[in-house]
Amino acid sequence: MQDFLEQYQTVLEHEVATWFKVGSVSDFPENSGACIKYKTKQIAVYNYTRMGKWYACQNMCPHKMENVLALGMIGDKDGIPKVACPMHKKNFSLEDGSNLGGEDYKIATYPVKIEEGNVYIGFVD
Amino acid sequence: MKRVIVVGNGMVGYKFCEKFVAQPDSNGFEILVFGEEPRPAYDRVHLSEYFENQDAEALEMAPRSWYESQGIKLITNERVTDIHRASKKVTTSKDLHYKYDYLVLATGSAPFVPNIDGIEKKGVFVYRTIEDLEDMLAYAETLKTDKEETIKAAVLGGGLLGLEAAKAVLDMGFEPHVVEFAPKLMPRQLDTRGSKVLQEKIESLGIKVHLSKATNKILGKGAITGMQFGEYDKIDVEMLVVSAGIRPRDELGKTCHLEMGVRGGIVVNNRMQTSDPEIYAIGEVALFNQMIYGLVAPGYDMAEVAVQQILGNPDVLMEDNIDMSTKLKLIGVDVASYGEPFMPVEKGYSIVYENKTRNLYKRINVSHDGKSLLGGILVGDASDYNMLHQIYLNGLPIPEEAEELIIGGRGEGGSSFGSVMDIPDVAQVCSCESVTKGDICCSITEGGCNNLGDVIAKTKATTGCGGCKPMVVDLVNETLKSQGKEVKETVCEHFAFNRQELYDLIKINKVKDYDEALNLFGEGHGCETCKPVVASIFASIHMETPNRQVAIQDTNDRFLANIQRNGTYSVVPRVPGGEITPDKLIVIGEVAKKYDLYTKITGGQRIDLFGAQLHELPLIWKDLIDAGFESGHAYGKSLRTVKSCVGSTWCRYGMHESVTFAIEIENRYRGLRSPHKLKGGVSGCIRECAEARGKDFGLIAVEGGWNLYVCGNGGATPKHAVLFAEQLDDETAIKYLDRFLMYYIRTAGPLVRTAPWLDKLEGGIDYLRQVIIEDSLGIAEELEKEMQGLINKYECEWKQAIEDPNMLKRFKHFVNSDDTDDNLVFVPMRDQKMPKAWV
Ligand code: SRM
Ligand SMILES: Cc1cc2nc3c(=O)[nH]c(=O)nc-3n(C[C@H](O)[C@H](O)[C@H](O)COP(=O)(O)OP(=O)(O)OC[C@H]3O[C@@H](n4cnc5c(N)ncnc54)[C@H](O)[C@@H]3O)c2cc1C
Ligand code: SF4
Ligand code: FES
Repeated sequence: MQDFLEQYQTVLEHEVATWFKVGSVSDFPENSGACIKYKTKQIAVYNYTRMGKWYACQNMCPHKMENVLALGMIGDKDGIPKVACPMHKKNFSLEDGSNLGGEDYKIATYPVKIEEGNVYIGFVD
Repeated sequence: MKRVIVVGNGMVGYKFCEKFVAQPDSNGFEILVFGEEPRPAYDRVHLSEYFENQDAEALEMAPRSWYESQGIKLITNERVTDIHRASKKVTTSKDLHYKYDYLVLATGSAPFVPNIDGIEKKGVFVYRTIEDLEDMLAYAETLKTDKEETIKAAVLGGGLLGLEAAKAVLDMGFEPHVVEFAPKLMPRQLDTRGSKVLQEKIESLGIKVHLSKATNKILGKGAITGMQFGEYDKIDVEMLVVSAGIRPRDELGKTCHLEMGVRGGIVVNNRMQTSDPEIYAIGEVALFNQMIYGLVAPGYDMAEVAVQQILGNPDVLMEDNIDMSTKLKLIGVDVASYGEPFMPVEKGYSIVYENKTRNLYKRINVSHDGKSLLGGILVGDASDYNMLHQIYLNGLPIPEEAEELIIGGRGEGGSSFGSVMDIPDVAQVCSCESVTKGDICCSITEGGCNNLGDVIAKTKATTGCGGCKPMVVDLVNETLKSQGKEVKETVCEHFAFNRQELYDLIKINKVKDYDEALNLFGEGHGCETCKPVVASIFASIHMETPNRQVAIQDTNDRFLANIQRNGTYSVVPRVPGGEITPDKLIVIGEVAKKYDLYTKITGGQRIDLFGAQLHELPLIWKDLIDAGFESGHAYGKSLRTVKSCVGSTWCRYGMHESVTFAIEIENRYRGLRSPHKLKGGVSGCIRECAEARGKDFGLIAVEGGWNLYVCGNGGATPKHAVLFAEQLDDETAIKYLDRFLMYYIRTAGPLVRTAPWLDKLEGGIDYLRQVIIEDSLGIAEELEKEMQGLINKYECEWKQAIEDPNMLKRFKHFVNSDDTDDNLVFVPMRDQKMPKAWV
């Protein structure tokens, strides 16, 4: 399980080597998440229509290593966009992956780009 | 610029840095820290959590970047090997030299490893650093074979740390054996009886305990295979964790001839100075009052004193009385001891309470005059620890009948402690971070904090061991109340209304959807608390299924199935009243076989099919619906089941047809969304085989009709339903039920079941009778109409979903691939399968 987790490292926009196309905008439900696959990685993608933003992060919750974050509800805490894990409701910032409950778990986030109605996620590999 | 060199980047060394840079007058200093471990200081107290997630960064006290941002130079992986006091220099393992003005030794301690024949064998570990744990995990991997029997591993030492290590060994999947030299567990904190109770509790967790055992040999060729105590007395184990106490890492003090304790430790005065006034020692290496304190709290206090002394505030001194109270943080076992756990007769007397059937042991030690609490022990239930600890620490008055402190006062909720607000402002509530009651209250009254989160962020209380959390919560709530800030119960930060107000607002204003509700009555972008509440309100007003506003449903409702431990789902078709034909049973069996699902009869008289993957759900439901099944709403806050007994149809005692009536009621309210789940029961006679009085509503057949009971539940706080009306005919029973349920749905808070709802209802059951039976509010007809409206609109949401290709899109693991989740691992289980257990 640890190896699975280790493959997820936050990617910043300027580091992106591959913009991987994951589908068209309409493939992603509004104001919630869906999961995509890139090589061995599972990435949760959120179409945050209400904020007019897109976010992506690892699908694996670091708490119990389950691939479930795409299924979590999104929202905000004090203005910070977040996802709540469906299993035990741990909250993660979608901006930087930090844990909003003050616990130690955190997640990797990835840049998202929309071009001509298509959705791209940025990876370094 | 003066230079402070800190040797050791452990918990206390880190705390020294944190406290130092927080001081306004620390600018004229430069801090250089050496740590022998490869990573920056981490939270050793929570070391065991590393087994759960193996996330070392998560344990860090602060990331490396923090040191940089504070201008602290941190050099890890480099040990200080020598101190040259004359030239005020240190030498490191890389043979580099650094000059200091002040030197702070925070080198901590090392596990004590007794000199036992064979202790150097492979498979013997200590429990102190992340590397120790990594080594243990790696070794454990090599032991795990396909052998059927569980592997045994021992822990040497039955103290606080040993028991924690035993729990870790248990969590690794091994059978733990605790070997203790003394005749009891936790010999330093517990008396014999308390220890006995603890032992029983520990053994019930599956941890084996061996007392009064002196290990004289570690058996095995290259690697450990067993431990030998006497000639014929041995146990077979394949791993050993030594947890037999600690020894201060005082080697630097020895070689540069600082004053040392006879049994080790660098002697310090109450300024934390060693025998060389420019060299300080803090934490577990420091011998203060002839003691080494193996706890973080005193270490943090020492750090504070050293910081102040170096910055030229000579009045800040180490207190003589050091509190050694402790609470074991083993999950599943409550143990605490505070003050003087044992009691010499000349100082006072003890009161002991023991309940063997519940594994409870409590002891308090009281002064001869009966006026003060000197210490005590709690085993089995340490929920009163914080308050007792405060009473002891602050010498608060105790009740005249001191035993009330352990057995509680008479009467409802009897707290003999008084209010948390009675403890003095200077009382230290969080000893890890030295936060007083005054700090907490002032952060609200003067510091602008408005809730628990603010207070924690501002004071750092609860961020250490977390043991003080319950007390901090109480203090925050009480202070907010006293400020008149008792913000009324609101749904969450996004809606400043309670559920009932929001229900009315949405209904009266004919709000269409969640976003509109948020725009009109809320702020921000919502969260996992308010979304399901609003979803439930929409369902209660319009009977809309979760298929309409998918994004605001809890994950279970979104996929119309309960998510399980490994991210698969369960499928529960409705079986009204528990009655099912052989043909339908066969269908369930066939479907389960086809999709390889684990099946179990639930506690609610129906069958649960577990282990379905997301993409399989619509396929499974299609098969079930074709055979005449519909959703059982096991995932929703909605009507679950109406349990029945076989009643007069078959039973020789039955008074009425309980099955028929249960089916009628279950079908009437199926799909009905409510603040919390709803369950019913119908029994054919007062023998009550359907457990109707354990339900939110229950009907029991009597001479002349049905007795109606309301507001019961099982679960964590069981409550018997109370008699509401007697000898009702079918029609009246249903009329009252309609009104009762609708009234509950309109007025209850989120996730409040009927029993706690009734508890809070002013006027209680009598008032409820007035509203429902006598129609005192004049709303009875309206309630009935509303309920009938909802019932008429019922639709099976699974049928809706599988018939609409658009809705089906959500049942797919990946958007961009037809692959399924390849991380799913199942293991066999009594001829079926189950998810691989969490590590
Ligand atoms: C499957 C089942 C256990 C079983 O294998 O028998 C079960 C399973 C769960 N129960 Fe239960 N309960 C089951 C019967 C019960 C019963 C017995 C009964 O209904 O007669 C009770 C006590 C009666 C009661 O509710 O008052 C019961 C009291 C609870 C509670 C405590 C409720 C309370 O008010 O204290 C929870 C927690 C909650 O709802 O917050 C809970 C929650 C759960 C959850 C939803 C926990 C979760 O969040 O995952 C479990 C979902 C399993 C799933 O995925 O299907 N379950 N649960 C039973 C399903 C019955 C059914 O056919 O729908
Ligand atoms: C599993 C476990 C559970 C615990 N639970 C609790 C608890 O519940 N409550 C509680 O109060 N306490 C608990 N403790 C004890 C607590 O962790 C210690 O009291 C605390 O860590 C002491 O801090 P320290 O900085 O003095 O020592 P340490 O944290 O040991 O730090 C000393 C550091 O100095 C380094 N060092 C040593 N010599 C040199 C050198 N010459 N040069 C450079 N670096 C050097 C060491 O490698 C180490 O990193 C627990 C300990 C363990 C192991
Ligand atoms: S009792 Fe607990 S573990 Fe068992 S099914 Fe209910 S919620 Fe799950
Ligand atoms: S698995 Fe995500 S919170 Fe527990």
